[in-house]
Amino acid sequence: MARPPQDDLDAIIVGAGHNGLVTACYLARAGMKVLVLERQPYIGGAAVSRRLYKDFTYSNCSYVCSLLRPEIMRTLELPKFGLQVIPYEGGCTMMQDGGHLALYDNHDALRREIARHSKRDAEAYDRYSRDVMRQCKFIKPLLLREPPDPTSFKLRDLQELLYLGKRFHGMGEARMYDTLRFWTMSAADFLEEYFESEIVKAHFAGSSIIGTALGPRSPGTAYVLLHHYMGDIDDTVGAWGFARGGMGAISNALGASLQASGGTVRSAAPVERILVKNERAVGVVLEGGEELYAKRVISNLDVRRTFLNCMDAGDLPDEFLTRVRNFKIRGSSGKLNIALDGLPSFPAIPAGSPSIRGDMHVTDTLDMMERAYDDWKDGRWSRAPYIDMLIPSQIDPTMAPNGKHYMSVFVQYCPYELAEGPWNSERRQAFGDTVINTIARQSPDFKDLILHAEIRTPWDIENEVGLTEGNIFQGELTMDQLLFNRPVPGYAQYRSPVKNLYMCGSSTHPGGGVMGAPGANAARAVLRDAGRLN
Amino acid sequence: MSVAVRYDCIVIGAGHNGLVCAALLARAGRSVLVLESAEAVGGAACTREFAPGYRVSAGAHLLHMMPSSIVSELALESHGLKFAARSMPTSILTAGGAPQTLGTGLSQADAAQFDAYNERLARFARALVPLFSSVPPRLGTEDWGDRLALLKLGWSVRKLGRRDMRELLRIGGMNVHDLLEESFESQALKGALALDAVLGANFGPRSPGTVLTLLYRLAGESSAGIPGHTLAQPAGGMGALSEALAKAAAGAGVAIRTRSEVRRILVDDDRAIGVELSNGERIGGRAVISNADPKTTFLKLLGAAQLDTGFVRRVHHVRGKGLAAKLHIALKRPPLFAGATEAQLRGRLVLAPSLEYVEHAYNHSKYGEYSAQPALEVTVPTANDASLAPGGHHVMSVVAQYAPYALRGGWTEAARQGFTNAILDQLEALAPGLRESIAAVQLLTPLDLEASFGMSGGHWHHGDLAFDQFLMVRPVPGAAQYRTPLPGLYLCGAGCHPGGGVMGVAGRNAAAQVLKGAA
Repeated sequence: MARPPQDDLDAIIVGAGHNGLVTACYLARAGMKVLVLERQPYIGGAAVSRRLYKDFTYSNCSYVCSLLRPEIMRTLELPKFGLQVIPYEGGCTMMQDGGHLALYDNHDALRREIARHSKRDAEAYDRYSRDVMRQCKFIKPLLLREPPDPTSFKLRDLQELLYLGKRFHGMGEARMYDTLRFWTMSAADFLEEYFESEIVKAHFAGSSIIGTALGPRSPGTAYVLLHHYMGDIDDTVGAWGFARGGMGAISNALGASLQASGGTVRSAAPVERILVKNERAVGVVLEGGEELYAKRVISNLDVRRTFLNCMDAGDLPDEFLTRVRNFKIRGSSGKLNIALDGLPSFPAIPAGSPSIRGDMHVTDTLDMMERAYDDWKDGRWSRAPYIDMLIPSQIDPTMAPNGKHYMSVFVQYCPYELAEGPWNSERRQAFGDTVINTIARQSPDFKDLILHAEIRTPWDIENEVGLTEGNIFQGELTMDQLLFNRPVPGYAQYRSPVKNLYMCGSSTHPGGGVMGAPGANAARAVLRDAGRLN
Repeated sequence: MSVAVRYDCIVIGAGHNGLVCAALLARAGRSVLVLESAEAVGGAACTREFAPGYRVSAGAHLLHMMPSSIVSELALESHGLKFAARSMPTSILTAGGAPQTLGTGLSQADAAQFDAYNERLARFARALVPLFSSVPPRLGTEDWGDRLALLKLGWSVRKLGRRDMRELLRIGGMNVHDLLEESFESQALKGALALDAVLGANFGPRSPGTVLTLLYRLAGESSAGIPGHTLAQPAGGMGALSEALAKAAAGAGVAIRTRSEVRRILVDDDRAIGVELSNGERIGGRAVISNADPKTTFLKLLGAAQLDTGFVRRVHHVRGKGLAAKLHIALKRPPLFAGATEAQLRGRLVLAPSLEYVEHAYNHSKYGEYSAQPALEVTVPTANDASLAPGGHHVMSVVAQYAPYALRGGWTEAARQGFTNAILDQLEALAPGLRESIAAVQLLTPLDLEASFGMSGGHWHHGDLAFDQFLMVRPVPGAAQYRTPLPGLYLCGAGCHPGGGVMGVAGRNAAAQVLKGAA
């Protein structure tokens, strides 16, 4: 047949999410001719800035920047291409009794603040952060490496296993035991080994449940606490920030970086199927029938979409398909994006406190958080949800018109399938009202300030962003779905059962969050196979 | 302080692990004394009269995890151990239907999966047996024994072959809810199989780590025989097992003193030199081996002052608050479970109609409430052993979850009555007329279990079985090899690796360590 002109493409990347773009950038910089295909008219996947109401800019999926690997930012020169990360200070949890716990960057201020609730906990905090940081330092180098296959005798796998073993051994006996426990215990149990005050435990536990269908008392949630410490802006470990102009700024910087190194992005080009000929991926078919060919295809889609929606079952081993079907990718989070006519007041927070410029919460006990999870298990959205609430426009004026504000509200838990029946506009509104009322309990004038609210259920996120079941991590970060098990045992190294077909999305190690690590690791795997890794 | 050495080894507590440990030490030529505070040996493996003429296994009511090697090595059957029933079947109780014996009456799809599911788990369980029956290695030491043990551990998994190894590494950290959803469609089947994973655990089916607790149970069973077919009821109740253990120990030369409560462990020059009884008597020994749980041993009998703060903190953090209660029911006539066969009545009956049912039962316990609709494991010991009740009368023994140790508001009379009724309501619905045939009931909450067996938290594993309290971190780093930071003091109870469940393996592993210590 007549080959279309693109057959000299080295790689087609399916999906212009941040990981797809990262992979494309690395390949283009290595001299490959790459084409990124995006279903939406805009790039970014879940890292986007949208104007859905007047002059307000919403980071309407992911909303804060902390996990994006600095190595990637530097190598891809993202600041040069317009990425500006503005660190934010503070954060707080408002209590039902009108009290609050504020988080300050200043260590002494933070200790004094914790001491208001418990002197013992203020003492314990140093031990806590030291121990958590130790785990951060242990895991960080592993993020940008291929997880070894423990069942393989290949030299690379053995070398990687040895590397892991050495790092682990290097911690010394006592720390090794702590590490074993840390990676398997529940956030609640871990926090209870340090703190006595409910508010302190509840505040820290928050980061352990975000995006995951587990409660703070589920074993395996402790290590998710790291996400809050992994933030690495300007190498001030633990800091979080906003991307100036919203999360889309990250995707746009990646897009610009890609363009500068000769790569191409085609938006509004939805891929219908990945073409396989003689057990090799050779290209893709777009909706509408256009065929594009390349030496390899790299999918940024989650593992379910890639293999169940975009391929013929006949091209894949049955056991692999079963594993893909069993990969847990359940939606548990919702999102509200709210345009506000002014800055809402929060009586629980002392006037002038910087803490409302950070992430605000209203869940003040572990039980409250656990009950929110119990609702999800029963196919209900949490009646008293855990929310992670930010008002970026206080720090980044580009997000809203002068005097007005944009509020991002992340909501845990919200099921993909409701026990009471399918999602519809009434139920979506009811979910939104639950969240708005939860906030209003801490902010009397909040409701009156609302100009527009975008309510996104897992169902919406799946349909708009293309994340299966609206799972923000492209697959739950549970013990059975990490490292060499992610996404499928035996296929955790970005390669698939089909030759020349790779995965680069968050379904792969090390998983979700706007980190870019899967994309960078996938690029390395591709380049190694192509003999282009220097 | 000095006290005359009178024994090579003094074992604190005549629980089954203490007795196994003592017997093995004596057979190795050590002079051994076992001190038990209760008037009978056996700890939680005992038979007690809970109402005039009605006797029951007051703690554990089934024997299914004791390795056949221990039974034969200690010649328990020639020391009087007889079985009223063996390889008892498990049947699923369902409201408004006849009980379904596990594995029967399955849909085609489930039937197709059932054997494969059992065989796969049995393979994994077998791979874990050597791990359980050996001292867990320490990490990061220069000791070649530890390194060898670690390699062995790796090898026992490797031996499974690539496919199984991958599967074990995948499901190992999983929750039993997801595993069962992957495998079966019948709610009743999934509920019943999930119960095995959460019995005695501080978990619901959705808790990650419940596949581990399930494999623990199956590994125990596969050391005793074929997993799923080892459920047995000693004639005369579990107390008979302990008596056989005591006879075996005595036969090997062990001195056993009951009604002898140890008040404290004596320390001199940073080593354990003996014990002091509550009557003030002091007994010297080269090695002191505690069958008591870690908290009791370190914080009560030894005292934090003898240990460094880091270690004491770890001991404080051991999670071991029980969630399983026992209900004993004296019946004037046989219980009539609708449609139950004789064989089913002689077996083990479980009430866990669905995964959701068990999960909801668990939800309550997270907030310090008892389950409104508890999950139940029911046996009718008198169906196999008439000697336990007056002629024609019966005894029902029920393990009920969840009943948190730290019940909000405490286990008041009202709370006890409330939970008892919650259980009886479930049973009445399944066995109509049960209520008016009741002669007496006895509820043992974790609080009662703590009081009557001296297990802190009333936890039958002396501490939750979970990844972070398993292997070389059980009960705490620094005491996971049965030795403790205090020379001369050892642990041999369920709080140690591998854990509880009337196995005796902890006792056997401990004995090996004591002998290494050349006490």
